[in-house]
Amino acid sequence: MSDIVIQVENLSKYYNLGVVGTGTLSHDLNRAWAKLRGKPDPTLRIDQTIQQFNNSTGKASDDYIWALRDISFEVKQGEILGIIGRNGAGKSTLLKILSRVTAPTSGECRVKGRIASLLEVGTGFHPELTGRENIFLNGAILGMTKEEIKQKFDEIVAFAEVEKFIDTPVKRYSSGMYVRLAFAVAAHLEPEILVIDEVLAVGDAQFQKKCLWKMGDVSKEGRTVLFVSHNMVAVQSLCQKVMLLDKGEMVQNGPANQIVSNYLRYCLTSTQMDQVWKNQDEAPGCEEVRFRRISIQINDQDNNMITMETPFLVIVEYWNEIPAACLHITLHIRNEQGIVAFTTGSCQEPGWNGQSLEKGIYRSICHMPKNLLNSGRHSITILVVRDLANIIYMYEDALVFDIVDNRDRSGGWFGKEPGVVQPYLEWKTEYVGSKIPSQRLLKR
Amino acid sequence: MNHNSNTYWDLIIRTKSGWFDLHLSDLWRYRDLTMLFVWRDFVAQYKQTILGPLWYLIQPLFSTIVFTVVFGRVAKIPTDGLPPFLFYMAGVTCWTYFADCLTKTSGTFITNAGLFGKVYFPRLTVPLSIVISNILKFGIQFLFFIGFLAYFMIKGAHIKPNYWIFLMPYLLLLLAGLGLGAGIIISALTTKYRDLQQLVTFGVQLLMYATPIVYPLSVVPEKYKWLALANPMAPIVETFRYAFLGSGSFNGIYLLYSTGTTLILLLFGVILFNRVEKTFMDTV
Ligand SMILES: Nc1ncnc2c1ncn2[C@@H]1O[C@H](COP(=O)(O)OP(=O)(O)OP(=O)(O)O)[C@@H](O)[C@H]1O
Ligand SMILES: [Mg+2]
Repeated sequence: MSDIVIQVENLSKYYNLGVVGTGTLSHDLNRAWAKLRGKPDPTLRIDQTIQQFNNSTGKASDDYIWALRDISFEVKQGEILGIIGRNGAGKSTLLKILSRVTAPTSGECRVKGRIASLLEVGTGFHPELTGRENIFLNGAILGMTKEEIKQKFDEIVAFAEVEKFIDTPVKRYSSGMYVRLAFAVAAHLEPEILVIDEVLAVGDAQFQKKCLWKMGDVSKEGRTVLFVSHNMVAVQSLCQKVMLLDKGEMVQNGPANQIVSNYLRYCLTSTQMDQVWKNQDEAPGCEEVRFRRISIQINDQDNNMITMETPFLVIVEYWNEIPAACLHITLHIRNEQGIVAFTTGSCQEPGWNGQSLEKGIYRSICHMPKNLLNSGRHSITILVVRDLANIIYMYEDALVFDIVDNRDRSGGWFGKEPGVVQPYLEWKTEYVGSKIPSQRLLKR
Repeated sequence: MNHNSNTYWDLIIRTKSGWFDLHLSDLWRYRDLTMLFVWRDFVAQYKQTILGPLWYLIQPLFSTIVFTVVFGRVAKIPTDGLPPFLFYMAGVTCWTYFADCLTKTSGTFITNAGLFGKVYFPRLTVPLSIVISNILKFGIQFLFFIGFLAYFMIKGAHIKPNYWIFLMPYLLLLLAGLGLGAGIIISALTTKYRDLQQLVTFGVQLLMYATPIVYPLSVVPEKYKWLALANPMAPIVETFRYAFLGSGSFNGIYLLYSTGTTLILLLFGVILFNRVEKTFMDTV
């Protein structure tokens, strides 16, 4: 097994969240002076020593945070290792240690080959310099020699598609062009190991696609890639192996598909898909109407995830206190950006004609078909409407749920498609002939 | 293959390495980067102001005139029998280079925090590039000084440049070394003590008056001479003046002392700098 290129052993890192020293010379001189006279340290808080003790026994405290705890893993040559986890899990910290931006608190990493890291695009770009000048500067910062950059120069410019602007100062670039140029430089590094932190979140869709392809190529050439991303589709399609971090600890490490789906399931916990009120007095609502149950139900019971291809039901049960009221329920479905994808109401039921409801418990069920909403987090606001016009109660974000992107687009674009909805529409392509007179096209 | 044998691995990342594990070979490998930084500083400055190079001349000229008026005319401090203008200008030219190196390198960590937080390269390339790019400025000011020197000589002033002027490159090296050494020590300390940065400009001002810039070493009372000479800048400035103007004091032992101090300061600075660069990023 001589093909291991990264070996990490019991790696830990803690950060001081509070102030380390006192930060100013005058305070520390004060401290030293007090020490000399045998007086207690005037700036030390009493609880600080206790906290230090707590940390050595593993409890988190206010002043310290373990960004990484006892991480061990190995990476083989040519592998693309995905690193996933929620915000603050320690992904960036791990990459920072590997790229030697910061040192670990304990443990060891052994590396074979040259590492180049891309923790941010455009590091060291100088706004006054032209694109050409910045390519050289940035390349050198990333560890290339002048000769290497010269050889790759044309390729870099072509990849970034900024030929026309190459002699313009980068401060005049659009932010997209800036990112493209920066990534292009990094993509043409030729290190044995490439470490990339979520830099693909920027740039337009087409360029992202190009970058991901480039990364695939890099590994085919036998180079190793460590890749942090929140884009599960990209991780799943690019990486063979994935490591899941949580609060600085390594939770799982294994085949990409399995770890990613575990992670997605685990992320769903912060959603809100079922609410029941037993007691009418505590339930949300107004005098006339109170909710009894609000829930999302999935037909496929053995899987608790809503994918883009899962139909599901939105169920609203309520107590009606008004005799002979003309009531209906309206849903506003919003996506992550707060854009209302669509609205729908129980008045759309066939045969609904505004008939009045007697007092009692009612249940409205809405069937959401598959292939409707785009992936991502969504929320549903529920409105109770009287006489088709008066909103008598509005329950904002009553339901929160995630739609997981599971569409198979192997080999294609694996980022999130733009758009609020993602319906599958009917398409047909037919052969019309080898030569079509232009009139025929016009006539149709 | 045995993975535990350290020869297999190219790089081992640990919490702290030895005090003398300085990775100076890395610095050599990144020499292109150092030169690109120099070039960047130059180009960026040149693009921003056309007056840049002109400013290089105004600055020492102005200081020299002020010194000539204040210390020469008003305070009447003797200048070893030299034209006061040239006397002060010689001192100002040397001092400006040293002071620039010191103040600019002392901000290495703070001004480059963003860059250092994102990518690894030997951090010493930054202060090194500052020292090198300041040579250009020094060169311009030095030629300016030579111009005045020639003018005064044509006018028949009592000036005797001598063979010691060939020591000039060595003096420049000492100035650079002292400025760099002191600068990186301060830069390392500023990561812990932020208030130090504000003291630097003020400290450099004070230090100038402790150096024979506005007065010759010969007017320092015998009793305090050792104190003046404890300052490693003193022999450098005196030698410079002696070489170009032919008057003042020159002593090989003193210069040797400056060299020793420079080396010690540099070594100490590099060690401290290397210590700090590993964990500095956690504290910004
Ligand atoms: N310089 C620092 N000082 C103190 N704490 C820090 C520092 N850098 C990171 N942390 C803490 O370390 C933890 C891990 O941070 P890290 O940046 O590695 O998270 P991440 O997994 O990259 O998150 P994200 O997905 O948001 O990028 C966080 O709790 C963060 O607050
Ligand atoms: Mg991060």
